[in-house]
Amino acid sequence: MTYIPHTESDRRAMLDAIGVDSIEALFGAVPEQYRFPHLDIPGPLSEMEVMAELRGLQAINASAQDYSIFLGAGAYNHFVPSAVNHILLRGEFYTAYTPYQPEISQGTLQAIFEYQSMMCALTGMEAANASHYDGATSLAEAVIVALNEGRGKRRKVILSRTVNPQYRQVVRTYMQGQNVTFIGDDSARSLDELVGLLDGETALLVVAYPNFLGQIEDLKGLADKVHAAGALLAIVADPIALALFKTPGELGADMVVGDGQPLGIPLSFGGPYLGFFACTKKLVRKISGRIIGETQDNRGQRAFVMTLRPREQDIRREKASSNICTNQGLMSLSAAIYLSLMGKCGLSKVAHLCYQKAHYAAQQIDALDGFEVEFGKPFFKEFVVRCPIPVDEINAYLLEEWGIIGGYDLGRDYPEMKDCMLIAVTEMNTREEIDALVEALKEVAE
Amino acid sequence: MTEPLIYELSSPGRCGVLLPELDVPETALPEGLLRDDLDLPEVSEVQVIRHFVKLSTLNYSIDKGFYPLGSCTMKYNPKVNEDAARLPGLAGLHPLVDEQDAQGALAMMYHLQGWLAEIAGFAGCSLQPAAGAQGEFAGLLMIRAYHLDRGDTKRTRILIPNSAHGTNPASVTMAGFEAVELPSDENGDVDLEALRVACDDTVAGMMITVPSTLGLFEVHLPEVIELVHACGGLMYMDGANMNAMMGVLKPGEIGFDVQHYNLHKTFSTPHGGGGPGSGPVAVNEKLLPFLPGPIAGVVEEASGDDEAPLYGWVMPEKSIGRLKAFHGNFGMIIRAFTYIRIHGGTGLKAVSQYAVLNANYLLSQLRDTYTVPHDRFCGHEFVIEGHWKDAPGVHALDISKRLMDYGLHPPTNYFPLIVPEALMIEPTETEPKETLDAFVEVMKTIAREAHEDPELLHSAPHVTPVGRVDEVLAAKQLALCCVPIPDWSARTELKTDLA
Amino acid sequence: MSGNIPADLKFTESDEWIRVEGNEATIGVSDYAQEQLNDIVYVELPDVGAEYKKGDTFGVVESVKAASDMHMPVSGTITAVNEALEDAPETVNSDPYGAGWFVKITLANPSELAGLMDAAAYAKYLEGRE
Repeated sequence: MTYIPHTESDRRAMLDAIGVDSIEALFGAVPEQYRFPHLDIPGPLSEMEVMAELRGLQAINASAQDYSIFLGAGAYNHFVPSAVNHILLRGEFYTAYTPYQPEISQGTLQAIFEYQSMMCALTGMEAANASHYDGATSLAEAVIVALNEGRGKRRKVILSRTVNPQYRQVVRTYMQGQNVTFIGDDSARSLDELVGLLDGETALLVVAYPNFLGQIEDLKGLADKVHAAGALLAIVADPIALALFKTPGELGADMVVGDGQPLGIPLSFGGPYLGFFACTKKLVRKISGRIIGETQDNRGQRAFVMTLRPREQDIRREKASSNICTNQGLMSLSAAIYLSLMGKCGLSKVAHLCYQKAHYAAQQIDALDGFEVEFGKPFFKEFVVRCPIPVDEINAYLLEEWGIIGGYDLGRDYPEMKDCMLIAVTEMNTREEIDALVEALKEVAE
Repeated sequence: MTEPLIYELSSPGRCGVLLPELDVPETALPEGLLRDDLDLPEVSEVQVIRHFVKLSTLNYSIDKGFYPLGSCTMKYNPKVNEDAARLPGLAGLHPLVDEQDAQGALAMMYHLQGWLAEIAGFAGCSLQPAAGAQGEFAGLLMIRAYHLDRGDTKRTRILIPNSAHGTNPASVTMAGFEAVELPSDENGDVDLEALRVACDDTVAGMMITVPSTLGLFEVHLPEVIELVHACGGLMYMDGANMNAMMGVLKPGEIGFDVQHYNLHKTFSTPHGGGGPGSGPVAVNEKLLPFLPGPIAGVVEEASGDDEAPLYGWVMPEKSIGRLKAFHGNFGMIIRAFTYIRIHGGTGLKAVSQYAVLNANYLLSQLRDTYTVPHDRFCGHEFVIEGHWKDAPGVHALDISKRLMDYGLHPPTNYFPLIVPEALMIEPTETEPKETLDAFVEVMKTIAREAHEDPELLHSAPHVTPVGRVDEVLAAKQLALCCVPIPDWSARTELKTDLA
Repeated sequence: MSGNIPADLKFTESDEWIRVEGNEATIGVSDYAQEQLNDIVYVELPDVGAEYKKGDTFGVVESVKAASDMHMPVSGTITAVNEALEDAPETVNSDPYGAGWFVKITLANPSELAGLMDAAAYAKYLEGRE
């Protein structure tokens, strides 16, 4: 058997040492009528055969490797430097367990500490945890923090309709067993209208930055109004946009969450991604998830260790703030390596390239007959285009005739945005690709 | 032996990546919305590589040695899994492409759902949960939805044995239930009398780990299941220990209603220093309509024998909803798919059999040196006590730290909570007899040291990159970030007039 | 090892002490409790003005390995909290009955005091626990 190293003589010697005749004899406690059922699973196959099968399966997917792609909506085709993957493939990182034993886990611990530090720098917040599953579950954890901070008395959460629709679904799934009301996202509302919903029952107000439609709203002053009502402000952010725009920290956010997938993590059909979570120092004891802190060892050396442990499920059990017991360890390592490589000037440049290319694409598309770009608010790397025909028809044409994966059909989540396409442009899209998209759209409308 | 922080290697003006020049006309940036500075490190690629390679050498890992960490199933992570997950048509696939353009990925998910249902004897499976804890949460939400759907609103309690993983009660609270702890009997099994008393029409269900966290096959499992079902509750199986169960016992056949898997335990996806995990949830017919979704399904049957069917997304009729964005931790799904494909049904059965053989062999070799609280044949893991009456100053923690000096990872310690000074040992099936024998020798040496020179254990570890760390200092100073954070409160231009 | 047990205090089974002065009282955790918890690194306290019933959780005390809820020995309204514990939680270890107090309350129902243990009963209770 491939990964089972026992020889026949090993097996014999081990059974003798235990004092039984066969391996089967070890399972006497399993009720006989249920013992040793047949498993109807094909195989075994050799590694060679399995890889051949997988190569066949992957080839029938339309991936960003083979097509030019303008699809975003929460997952983005950004550049990943080769060095990221080379480090990730070190078994010392990826085959290590959770760093409960600090003496032999300083690699993981320090890497997460550096990740936390870089996320603080990016978000302008005072603390960041070691990560949650993804952006959506990070937001769900922020909701839990806000409810606890309201000491269970504030049971209302205001969600902007421009927060990623899937994130809004996930927070509702999470809270279905609790007595919590979500409001605000049933129709499009301005920031002022959202503020108007605040009351003494409100635990949290959530906005996105940029929002799901790619727009950067001016959030100055929002935090003060939310705080005046005794509620907290959570901002869902795109980490690349944060290299360019005012930080949520500066804007007064209490919690900043989002998906770190753009930071060196492949699209991989939606996961594993990286739920980043940053907050003010005031909230740090209330948040869930792993947190790494700096300390010293008994030899006087700087060392890192998991801290604030008593909040966690293995100690606090039914009173824990969350049941989470993993972080996206390897993904936070990706982000730490990515942010180190990009650094101050590299990440700013990525953000700048996204902004400029997206604006070029928007201007070119807006000039086409039948297409209209929403220019009402500043945007970052995504923008909304009103199309002359249904989005799925356009996308089918783009893929078949031009080898282009088109934008997201906003009508799927927003009935009021029928025939609207959300187009994402990143540093990966060359001018030739953008021009081809414009040409293809022109053709499709004719 | 420590490594500077990446920030300490930084020099102004350095960059580790060369990016292309802007190839389109420039548009003005929106003034008043921009940030001032970005405090990221400025380092070259070689500095980054050396920094992270040096950090990696400070870690212990499966690739380096034996990892007998009970309840964690630290088996070898096959290298082919990593190649599979990095195939460009999988790693480069956007989650929102049209179903027709993701048939390969959907086929893999569809088949894995089927195999996971088959292994545990269930009717269906959702791959959406991102980790075991999320799988538990999903299972409990389904139990809640099931009762509510029947108009049964008084079921508020979930029973949990006191040997359970801490995630169980934490998940129960998150799902809006009350956790009720049940005692264990002297054999480490569920106390049937206490269970009988606890079972009434407020019980929504019971969560139980099989084999238990003591590594034991619960002897009266059929009675436990019958009692809970008889009062109208559902049975949840914590699948953390499935490495002892494949081809041994199908939880669905013995009467469980729902369970989660940990792909990062049973199906060899890497632990990654703490994640990502993946915690698919499998259910019987009763709970099938409530699965978190969407899940992969066949939307159009194949027209001919050589044709593949058309796969697509299906939302179960009464789904508890979406647990995370997109479709689960797909990268982990690929690895588990690869692992199951390589093993087939017979290979998976061998995995569980040899995992149990290895554990019982280790137990037989350590029994004379260490106290075994529940001494009978174990499953894939077992618990011993890291303490002797005639060496009172030595504790499980000291033994664990001393193991590091011998180049080994310690077992799980102080869990389960019902065994004092617990050391929980899980060898997994991928370790050869030689490794197990070497571990036994070290454990015997440490037992001798504990009696002859306890100070050697108290001051351990001695040869690791760092020594015992000051957790009190960490918790008090709360240095969580090495970047100075600007004092935003001083920036008055951001404040608005609230009046 | 039951530690120091001052004679003028009353105790709960969950190891809180209460010192009553008229209709006011001060609450903290016993010497035994602080010793069990070991190095205390954080104390979470309620808001002044909060009302609690006997047995309600009013705060949390944390060491690096454990977190323990604190329960009201009797019903009452919080009139003061020991803010010094925020920066120096270790005071609970060094002076549990003095500077390490947690909250002051106004008693809602003084008759509840009768249900608490005096020093002798608490000492006996601790013996039984060991």
